[in-house]
Amino acid sequence: MIQALQGMLALDFMRNAFVAGSFIALSAGLVGYFVVLRNQVFTADALGHTAFTGGMGGLIAGLDLLVGVFASCIAVALAIGTLGGRGRGRDVAVGTVFAWVLGLGVLFLSIYTTSFSTANGFAGVNVLFGSILSLHPVQVLVASLAAAFTLLATVAVARPLLFMSLDPDVARARGVPTAMLGAAFMVLVAVTVAEAVQAVGALLIFALLVTPAATAQSMSSRPWLGMVLSAFIALAIVWAGLVLAYFIAYPASFFITTLAFALYLGSQFVLRLRSRT
Amino acid sequence: MSIGDYLQFSFVQHALIAGALVAVICGLIGPFVITRRAAFAVHGTAELSFTGAAAGLVVADDAVAGALIGSIVVAAAIGLLAVRERERDSAIGVILAFGLGAGVWLLGKYHGFSNAATNILFGYIFGVSDDQIWLLLAVAEGVLIAMTLLYRPLLFASVDPDVAEARGVAVGWLAIAFLVILALAVAVTVQIVGTLLIFALLVTPGAAALQLTARPARSLALSIIFSLVFTWLGLALAYFTDRPAGFFITTLAFGAYLLIRGARILAR
Repeated sequence: MIQALQGMLALDFMRNAFVAGSFIALSAGLVGYFVVLRNQVFTADALGHTAFTGGMGGLIAGLDLLVGVFASCIAVALAIGTLGGRGRGRDVAVGTVFAWVLGLGVLFLSIYTTSFSTANGFAGVNVLFGSILSLHPVQVLVASLAAAFTLLATVAVARPLLFMSLDPDVARARGVPTAMLGAAFMVLVAVTVAEAVQAVGALLIFALLVTPAATAQSMSSRPWLGMVLSAFIALAIVWAGLVLAYFIAYPASFFITTLAFALYLGSQFVLRLRSRT
Repeated sequence: MSIGDYLQFSFVQHALIAGALVAVICGLIGPFVITRRAAFAVHGTAELSFTGAAAGLVVADDAVAGALIGSIVVAAAIGLLAVRERERDSAIGVILAFGLGAGVWLLGKYHGFSNAATNILFGYIFGVSDDQIWLLLAVAEGVLIAMTLLYRPLLFASVDPDVAEARGVAVGWLAIAFLVILALAVAVTVQIVGTLLIFALLVTPGAAALQLTARPARSLALSIIFSLVFTWLGLALAYFTDRPAGFFITTLAFGAYLLIRGARILAR
């Protein structure tokens, strides 16, 4: 068993996946805790899809896919942060913008696959579903740095962010700059999404951003404990998913999403049992 | 090439008929999606019909039937897990992540036509077959009948759930019924515009209509007209420019929505 694990870690691409995956998981788990707390799941999802359009746009413009992903996510996050109201208006605004951004993505995909002779037909599928086992060293570095940044930044603003997420009116009255902090948080979500997209893909981002946080919130109602739990659940899921993908030849993203879902169901089950007695 | 030549092709006729059916269903449901704040549920159901379609491809080489079954299962799961309003979004997110992961796995097992994945995700309206049109027609009729029967109580329950419940309307059952209707509509819409672009037909026309009028019947009519126009124009543009229909449909919808919002702000 130990030998098999050593054999796994001797491989470059597995080491890359573990390094990038760990950073991404910790930051996604922590940022995700606030995403769920602030009911911004839909917005986070829209950002994930923006990454697809941005990536394709970057490829067409002759830039790196990464540049497109980061730039588009941050731009859309700022747009939502400044335009966004709350409740029904926000839902409609996000949905409407989102449909159009994806429509653009389809156009870019079609331009990319028809007019670039060197086009890699799988680029689109890779952005959508991620490819954690085929990360380049540069991607590992970018993802790890970005994740470390979001992790530190979130920890730094955690106290006021928590305050304003739980009670925005009182927080504003006590002098917390809620509008600015809200916009800053959207940017943090955008960076997290952009970095995580490379590993787990635009469509599966929720498995790291939302599921661990939702699980943690049903395990503990204490916010600080919940944040730590959420980050470490995400980490455990990614590690276990990578190990499973190494030994069983199915996509890592499948194992990651399935493990995340199983944990969530388990926590919901326990929660319901407890509330009954 | 003229419009007359364009209408001669049977695949164009198919696309226009299928597009019209889908547009009418979507336009009918759209305003309810918005008043009930179900935009994210639409999204969840749509992306999970991808999983259903992938499963359908693997098991029986039939993406349409798979998508239909998949979206109904998902609607039921959302109804079960998302009981409280506050938890609804995260429950949908959690189901979404799992379902898509399973979809990727299933697609990995499918060794057929390699464009299958992008076709499900982004739709392929010009590839609609005779059989699919019949299926679409059957589902569309089911949705129409159900919506006609449920129209009044559903409207009541959507606008003011508490009062509706106090007056004896079965709000909980209506919510589940609406999710099932939604699932059917999503499964057929997905065939045309794809799982990723469904909002352009299911949310944007309704949102644009609700900007123009607050009267329920009128907003329904407007929303149906909007989605029909976007679909047909988008299809025609796609045919003449050789770019994806999904892009034109979403752009038309978004442009119209922006125009209407802008005009309203100016009018004030």
